[in-house]
Amino acid sequence: MTTTPAPAGAAAATAGDAAHPADGGAPAPMIVTEALTKVFPSGLRAVDGVDLTVAPGEFFGLLGPNGAGKTTIIGMLTTRVQPTAGRARVAGVDVVAQPARAKRVIGVVPQTNTLDRSLSVRENLHYHARFFAYGRRQAAERAEALLEQFRLTDKRDVLVDELSGGMAQRLMIARALMHEPAMLFLDEPTVGLDPQSRIALWELLSELNEDGQTVLLTTHYMEEADHLCDRVAIMDHGHVLAADSPAELKRTVDAEAIVRVAAPGRSEVEPPSPDQLARLRGVLAAVPGVRWAEVRDGQVECHADSARGLLPRLVTAAEEAGTGISDLSVSEPSLETVFVSLTGRELRE
Amino acid sequence: MTAVAETPSPARAAAPARGPAEAVRWPALVAFGALLLRDARVLTRERWRFLIRTVSQPLMLVFVFTYVFPTIGQELRAFDGQASFSDILVPGVIAITMLIKGVQSVALPLVDDFGYTREIEDRIMAPLPVWAVAVEKIVAGALQGLVAVVVVFPIVALVPAEPVSLDISWGHLLAVGLLAPFVGASLGLALGTLVTPKQVPMMFSVIILPVTFLGATYFPWTQLEAIPWLQWAVLINPLVYLSEGFRMALTSLPSMPPAAIYAGLLLCGGLTAAIGLWGFRRRVLA
Repeated sequence: MTTTPAPAGAAAATAGDAAHPADGGAPAPMIVTEALTKVFPSGLRAVDGVDLTVAPGEFFGLLGPNGAGKTTIIGMLTTRVQPTAGRARVAGVDVVAQPARAKRVIGVVPQTNTLDRSLSVRENLHYHARFFAYGRRQAAERAEALLEQFRLTDKRDVLVDELSGGMAQRLMIARALMHEPAMLFLDEPTVGLDPQSRIALWELLSELNEDGQTVLLTTHYMEEADHLCDRVAIMDHGHVLAADSPAELKRTVDAEAIVRVAAPGRSEVEPPSPDQLARLRGVLAAVPGVRWAEVRDGQVECHADSARGLLPRLVTAAEEAGTGISDLSVSEPSLETVFVSLTGRELRE
Repeated sequence: MTAVAETPSPARAAAPARGPAEAVRWPALVAFGALLLRDARVLTRERWRFLIRTVSQPLMLVFVFTYVFPTIGQELRAFDGQASFSDILVPGVIAITMLIKGVQSVALPLVDDFGYTREIEDRIMAPLPVWAVAVEKIVAGALQGLVAVVVVFPIVALVPAEPVSLDISWGHLLAVGLLAPFVGASLGLALGTLVTPKQVPMMFSVIILPVTFLGATYFPWTQLEAIPWLQWAVLINPLVYLSEGFRMALTSLPSMPPAAIYAGLLLCGGLTAAIGLWGFRRRVLA
């Protein structure tokens, strides 16, 4: 799907076009934190000197295990947690000095369901808009439009208790967007959702971002960060260990694609001989793009920067050398690999 | 992908600061008004529940003490038999109604909010200072207290077997009528931020019950001179000032001196509001 950058709204002149940053120029950052720190009364340093910059239009992810400090950072950026030290600005507003003003430029989807259980689905959106100075008609029109966009129109008049988990999550996102916030925060938005709802939510968030919405989400699912985010900050114990695009992160830690190649034996039951494997290794190691290859567990492991376009070359080389290939498997590097190489631990506890 | 993105998306975002709140002179005030609107909407949706909760206790009190008792010859009188029990009870029931409404409309929903629903986290994201969200709770609770009294007043005036002899002092009624619901709602805010869901039954036994029974509702405070220690002890009870205030405003019976009543109302209201605002901030900000 191709999208053009969202045209700036009426008040855009003051803040510049929030198209994707790659379009040129250097638009004012959407989020800037400087040495942001939170020490809780218990003495826990939940966030320790974090510097972050998020550009307008960016889809930014905070990735880390539970307890890494992700939610505390969102808490500080959304005025709910008061920093012990450091500064944070969102859309140019100092969130510590001007919390009430900051709340006008942010939309927040917290981890738990905070929908208004005393109101219907439509009213949840309507009254939220009223909080932000939308007139009655304006609020009603916008509520209907968002109900439509988030496929909730046929639930508009039910109380929110009757919504499924996926629907409630969509309504929370719609509500966060009601007042057209410059910055959308989502805290672990897909936790507790079934796989189908999760994929649907990913699509929804991608579309929002393609339409120009700047998004920051926290997650401890590395595939979620990899799939959605333009840039990812990897966090552990209150520190940002690295922040870059997923591809760049994988490159910087020297993560690589590994292609495992099995050779055919002389018969169905007999495995290939060591000589045969050694010959195959030699052939494959010479294929352009393969950095090195080794024989391991009766297979040849080819280490490459990327598996892209490599497989046909491996097959052709093996066929030409007369050794042949019986099976191929590719393991791409993941953010998990990056996390392990940065911390020495697995992302999942 | 889906067809959703083909039309311009209403959720489209462009540059910061685009909502109408940017063009409004006092966005926090608008938000405050909208929070009240939301509470009014919930109240109209739950009007029957509101009515039943509001009416049941006053109706039972008035029916048993001022209709059943005198009718079966078990009458209670006060001031050496000079005053009927209805005259004693009318201001007391109105005071109780306002105080209980503060607990019902502010404390109990807040306990749930902080305890499990966490709905309050959304209300906190409205574009106004956190303390203003708490003040809105007080104002909404006080307005509900006023509505409750309007509902209850005809009951206490009409149910008693012996006609109620009202002697209304309009100035005092206006002043007490405006102060009293704020005391009830502020007490509600204080309790709502201090009590956990598990402690609610305990709150009724340890706080609400003694407060209502010893709040000069069933007896005039002045008559407590027969039990001096109790007369002093109940001065920490906010309900005493509400009851004595309405006694002063609605009847010609002796009451606590006006200055003491107003001082008590202001002090109790101020203190509970301060505790409530402090507790609210403590519960929503980390």
